[in-house]
Amino acid sequence: MQLSTRHLLGIKELTPSDISLILSTAEQFKEVLQRPVKKVPSLRDVTIVNLFYENSTRTRFSFELAQKRLSADTLNFAASSSSAAKGETLLDTVNNILSMKVDMVVIRHSATGAPHFLAQHIPAAIINAGDGINEHPTQALLDAFSIQEKFGELKGRKVALIGDILHSRVAQSNIHLLNKMGAEVVVCGPPTLIPKYIQSAWNVTVSYNLKETLEWCEVANVLRIQLERQNQVLFSSLREYRLHYGINRELLDGLPKPVTIMHPGPINRGVELDSDVADSHQSIILQQVENGVAVRMAVLYLLSNRNIA
Amino acid sequence: MKTILNHTEYLTAVESLAQALLAKHPGLENTALVGVQQGGVVLGWDLVRVLRKEPGLKDLELGLLDITFYRDDFRTSILAPDRMNIPFSIEEKNVILIDDVLFTGRTIKAALDVLLDYGRPQRVELLVLADRKEHRQFPIQADYVGLTIPTTKDQKVKLVSDESGGQNLILRDS
Repeated sequence: MQLSTRHLLGIKELTPSDISLILSTAEQFKEVLQRPVKKVPSLRDVTIVNLFYENSTRTRFSFELAQKRLSADTLNFAASSSSAAKGETLLDTVNNILSMKVDMVVIRHSATGAPHFLAQHIPAAIINAGDGINEHPTQALLDAFSIQEKFGELKGRKVALIGDILHSRVAQSNIHLLNKMGAEVVVCGPPTLIPKYIQSAWNVTVSYNLKETLEWCEVANVLRIQLERQNQVLFSSLREYRLHYGINRELLDGLPKPVTIMHPGPINRGVELDSDVADSHQSIILQQVENGVAVRMAVLYLLSNRNIA
Repeated sequence: MKTILNHTEYLTAVESLAQALLAKHPGLENTALVGVQQGGVVLGWDLVRVLRKEPGLKDLELGLLDITFYRDDFRTSILAPDRMNIPFSIEEKNVILIDDVLFTGRTIKAALDVLLDYGRPQRVELLVLADRKEHRQFPIQADYVGLTIPTTKDQKVKLVSDESGGQNLILRDS
């Protein structure tokens, strides 16, 4: 069993059997994380650098923990405290790090395509931890893992992606993954935050009505309003956004069946999700975080052998 | 391909392994059984079926142990892992590791590494159906052996199920 690719650049580049292999391997790693000793020696001769050109708590910790649980050696790089602040280019930075014999690079960057660029120029295995508004593949994989864990399978699931679809790499990766695995997808949000041709470009249905969307779906994956990427006014105020697209207890209690709530974090409490929804038994947000480590262990494990051919 | 044990002979071997185990650990007092994926799990379940007929053992369980993440040859090819499930504590227990064939000893060495990440057993013993004694690469010996078979290094010995689902031990020249 092998992945069809030597990098994880996006879900777009994966086959359905790649996705199944990652998810089934992650199940075994989830078991590892329940053991008294939550660590295996699989990657003890592998060195991994985490290049984070953009801020992150969850993803960076999750990758770092996954690497430590696999016994890999890790190096952490934060753009703000490195030579990137002195103007060194991405390629120079990476080549310098590689000359210290690094096998894998995990990269998050605000520029779309930064991981793809690295994959063309350097011999290490590249893992995309989020590139601009393009993809965030490990998030989509852990979302899928969490849905599968709760519902048994992905095929035929009704999943709604709600909120800022336009700026969301999480949404894009999720759409590709759910399409490939045979789930039905509705994207819901204000018209200004949904790309114009999304319905014809990808196999999704667009809805501007939150209540109808929630009545239809089994899982609502609620996305963060990306305050840092709003350089033009796409909705008039957070208060108005909350009024039309915020999910609250009253709304959920009025639905014919319970909907499972997911969120990639960090949550803007009281904007896209109210606290009593985010912290309720319907929410699997913290399970998503827990599953993230197992899924990233699976990705690192499955990509680790190609350099030592 | 040569059949070393047909299904009937296999069941007889399992029966006598069960008796040997009971002779050393009467009533399986403070003893836990753990099969190594995949052949050891098959053998383990057949052994458990026999042992469950003994008084007080009708709820006897089998732990499943997978060594994929602990292999020393892992980087030459990536293997998809099997299920790992040890549903009981092994702390201060006599653990019986079960495998179908003992060959180089590397699998058992890795299995011991896995086992110790689950706790500190009081004692670990090894039970195997077939011992290919002359090919050991590690100082590992079995405590309970079904049969010892002379083989050459390139041959393969494994458990395969026939059409009716019964196990046969076969030897293949590769």
